[in-house]
Formats: sequence, structure tokens, C-alpha cells
Amino acid sequence: MRVKRSFSQRLKDNGKRIKADRACYFMIAPFMLLFITFTVLPVAAAIGLSFTDFNMLQTPNFVGLDNYRTLFLNDDVFIIAVKNTLILAMVTGPLSYIACYVFAWFINELPGKLRAIMTVVFYAPSISGGVLTIWTYIFSGDRLGILNSFLVRFGFIDAPIQWLTDTDYMMTCCIIVQLWLSLGTSFLSFMAGFKTVDTTLYEAGAIDGVKNRFQEVWFLTLPQMKPQLLFGAVMQIASSFAVGAIPMQLTGFPSTDYATHTIIAHVQDYGSTRFELGYACAISTVLLLVMLLVNKVVNKVLVDN
Amino acid sequence: MRRIRIHKQLNRSHFGNFTIFFGLVAVGVFMALPLYLSIVTSLKPPEELFIFPPRFYVVNPTGKNFSELFQLVTDTVVPLSRYLFNSIFVSVASTTFGVIIGAMAAYPFAKKKFLGRETMWKLIMLTLLFSGGVTALPSYIIKAKLGLIDTYWVLILPQLASTLHMFLMRQFMLQIPDVLLDAAKIDGAGDMRIFYHVVLPNIKPAWMTVMVLTFMSVWNTGSAGVIWSEPLKLLPTALSQITTAAISRTGVAAAASVLLMVPPIVSFVVTQSKMLQTMAHSGIKD
Repeated sequence: MRVKRSFSQRLKDNGKRIKADRACYFMIAPFMLLFITFTVLPVAAAIGLSFTDFNMLQTPNFVGLDNYRTLFLNDDVFIIAVKNTLILAMVTGPLSYIACYVFAWFINELPGKLRAIMTVVFYAPSISGGVLTIWTYIFSGDRLGILNSFLVRFGFIDAPIQWLTDTDYMMTCCIIVQLWLSLGTSFLSFMAGFKTVDTTLYEAGAIDGVKNRFQEVWFLTLPQMKPQLLFGAVMQIASSFAVGAIPMQLTGFPSTDYATHTIIAHVQDYGSTRFELGYACAISTVLLLVMLLVNKVVNKVLVDN
Repeated sequence: MRRIRIHKQLNRSHFGNFTIFFGLVAVGVFMALPLYLSIVTSLKPPEELFIFPPRFYVVNPTGKNFSELFQLVTDTVVPLSRYLFNSIFVSVASTTFGVIIGAMAAYPFAKKKFLGRETMWKLIMLTLLFSGGVTALPSYIIKAKLGLIDTYWVLILPQLASTLHMFLMRQFMLQIPDVLLDAAKIDGAGDMRIFYHVVLPNIKPAWMTVMVLTFMSVWNTGSAGVIWSEPLKLLPTALSQITTAAISRTGVAAAASVLLMVPPIVSFVVTQSKMLQTMAHSGIKD
């Protein structure tokens, strides 16, 4: 009796609270509706459809774990894609995270006007979408390619190298370009973080025996910037595992021997080219799970330290 | 006077200053080189484009690549002005509604208590992770099922649901003092009035940042893949279509990429201080 009453009482209380806060729900409603439609629903759809043989035309049939079985046991290209994605993400993710921090720190050491200019120089690549074409010119395989002509002229190599189709170099080229344009949101966040650090802390630190700016950053600034570091980590994971567009544009799709084939490229292959959408959704789901896992681990490491 | 100077130079050696400066310049050259090369290449006449070794500067700069690019765009079925109109229309609609809808949602999440707030916020934070192209395929399926493909809506609506932008505005609102809101409440203002007259003016840097970020996102995402009708395509898509077609040459392609990179970079240069002000609040407190 008592349990039942308290439950109905709670329901009534909640109803009252919702009514009292109706202005709040009214204000968040448009955003939440769009958020659910374009962010939550796609994730749910990916998970749901990954258990079917959906192809956009016929009604999907439930096939259980078939897609996942094929993915891990019979799809050699997927294994290559996973390997490539991990290499790209594990190299560019941490490297660009550190680069974002170190360059934000160094630029912040500069005097006013110079600081503003350098911020633009370092941030510009990440927002100038169309510039990718110049990289194909730099890495162009003939003698007129910028890198080749430079290396031939100074005698480092005798014949031009096919940077974007030779499997020995493709991955390195992608990593360089990916790093080049990765100083984005996290970089800005760190830049801003350095500005907010309380400078009296540095004076106190100097009295306590902080001898140089490296010690200053390590002992004083880093601990203060934890919120920005956490945010930056999320941004870096989001962009480094979603790698795909740049390799596809640089080295072609599909790339030679799948040397720069990523999970995203594999999704595109099955989704847009072969219309095996159920299977493509299974690939997306695996990527989502990997990202969630990595995010958990990175968060734990950052919070504990 | 001297004392203040010493304070400013605390723990800063001249040697360190110079090392940092030249190190930054070296990396800065690498960062700027592709942008610089795009500009140089776009100004080169044909006879300078195809010499060995390629020059890092231009002897007789010409606007021919740009005029040729405009000619190519004009020769297509759709006039250039239409692509430009599409880009402007979608940008303006996305930035305006994006700020209104995002800020309106950010306010309760920052300053109000209501049932389900924590759960919803956790979900939103989780999806910050998926802002990349990871869900592109299932999103496409949803957009197709809703009949949005090949309309302006497919370009505008997803921009309005950006969790990152909403998050940035919410973080900025957290630092508005509660007394300010309470004072307005005592004066008899309702939530909408407080939002419009107190909150919005106080988060100006944040919504300006979100406008710039939305514009960059619209500009750089383009309309490839979701728009098939030529008259609805955005300018960047039209330009890259032309430059990837067989008719193009290196110079024309470079001219197109220069045109594409100018608007986002200029918008950042103009709003840099506002954006940094906003980003100062971007931290995640656990």
C-alpha cells in the first residue's frame, strides 16, 4: 500500500514539476527535436539496421549477427581498413593533441600583434577546406610535382616518386596532410585556456622555486587547464577516428592495394557504391563502439592525472 | 616601471624567447606553405605553370586563371549568381536559426533546473564525440526517409542541431551571475524576456562564434551527396565540380581553392578575439 502510494505520489510530483518547468521544455524543444532526428536517430538506426540486410529498396530482413560475422571473419578489406584507421588515429590523434597544446603555449608566449597573426597561420589550414587540391599538386607523381622537383633538383632522388600511388609512401602523405589541418577546435580551446590562467600563480610559483617556463607549464598551467584538455581530447578523438575524407581525396577511392582504405571509406564503399546498407551500418556501429571505448579510456587517464 | 618589466619577464630568458620564436616561424612556414602555393599558382600564367623546376614565386602575375574559372562557371546551365545566392541563403538561414535554437536550448541547460536535465545533458555530451563523418551513412538514410534530400532543408536543418555549438553557448552562459537573472525575475520578467534581454546580450561573443563556426561548416561541407539538382547546389560544390572535371588545369583549380579559402579565413581574422573569448569557456568540468 505504502509503496504504491509513494509511487503515485512521485508521479504526481513529477507531473507538477514538469508543469512548473514547462517554459524550460518549451525552450529546449526545437533543439532536442532536431538533435534527436539528426544525431540520436542515426546512431539508433545504424545499430538497428546492422542486424538486417537493408538495401534501401526492399523491406529489411532480420539476419542476426550475420553482418558482424562476415565483417570479422570473411572481409579481409575490413581488417585492412581497421588497421589503417588505427594507424592514422593513433599517430595523428596524440601527435596533433600534443601539437595543439605546445603550439598554443608557444604562440601565447609571443607579444600581442604577432600572437594574433600566428594564431591565424596555425588555425587557417583547418578551416580552408578547398586547399586540399594544392596537396595533390605538391605530391604530384611527375617531375613537375613540387616535392619531386625539389628533391630531384637537389639530388636526393634520381627519378620522381609516385607519392600518392606508391604503397610505401601513401600512408605517410596522408598523415602529414591530416596533421597539417588538425590544429582546429582543440587548438583554439587551448589558446583560450592559456589566456585564462591566473598570472599571479606564476609569481607565486617563482617564489616557490619554479625555474623556467617548462616547469611553469608542467607544474602550474597543465593542472589548471584540465577542463580544456578534456574537451580537446573529445574533439581529437572525434576527428582522428572519423578519418577518411582526406585519404579518399588524396590517394583516390579505392586506393592502391587499399593502402589508405579507412573504416569510413569502407562504409562509403558498401553504403554508396554497393547499397549493402545493413552491412555498412554494421561497419559504422563497430567504429562508434571503438570511439566510445577510446573516449572512456582517454577520459579516465586525463581525470586520474 | 622597471619592477613591472621584471615581473613580465619572469622566468623568461632571451635565449628561450628566440628559440620559441624561430621554432614557431619554421613550423609556421610549413603551415602557410600550401596556402601560399595556392595563391602563387592561381596567379601564374600558363607558361610559368609548366616549367621545371616549378618556381615558388610568380614573375608575371595574371588574373587569367580567375577569369577562366568564372567563364567555366558561367558556361554551365546555372549562372554563377545562383550558386552564390544558394550559398548565402543557406549560410544566413543556418547561422540565424542555429543561434536562436541553440541559445534557447542552452539557457535552461545552463541556468535552470528541470526534470531530466542531467540525463539529456549526458546524452548531448556523449554525442559531441560523433560530430565527425561517423554517422554520415545512417544520417543519409534518415534524411532520405524524411524526404529532405535535394531540398534546401537538408543543408540547413542538420546545421541547427550542432551539439558543439549548443555546448559552447551553454558553457558561456554558466558564467552569467545568477543575481542578474534573479533581479530580472523580481522585476517581473518571464523566462523568454530574461532570455532575450539579459542572456543574449551577455553571451554576445559566444553567439558570434557560433555564427562563424556555422558559416565555416556550411561553406566547407558543401552540398555534395545530398543535392542532385544543379540550381540548388552551393558555390563550393559547383567550383570543385568544375575543377575536378577534365577540362580544368592546375591554375584554374588553384584559383578555385583560393576563392574557397578566403571567406572562412577572413571571418576568423575578423572575429578572432570573440572566438578565443568563447573558447575560454569550452572546458569540460567533470
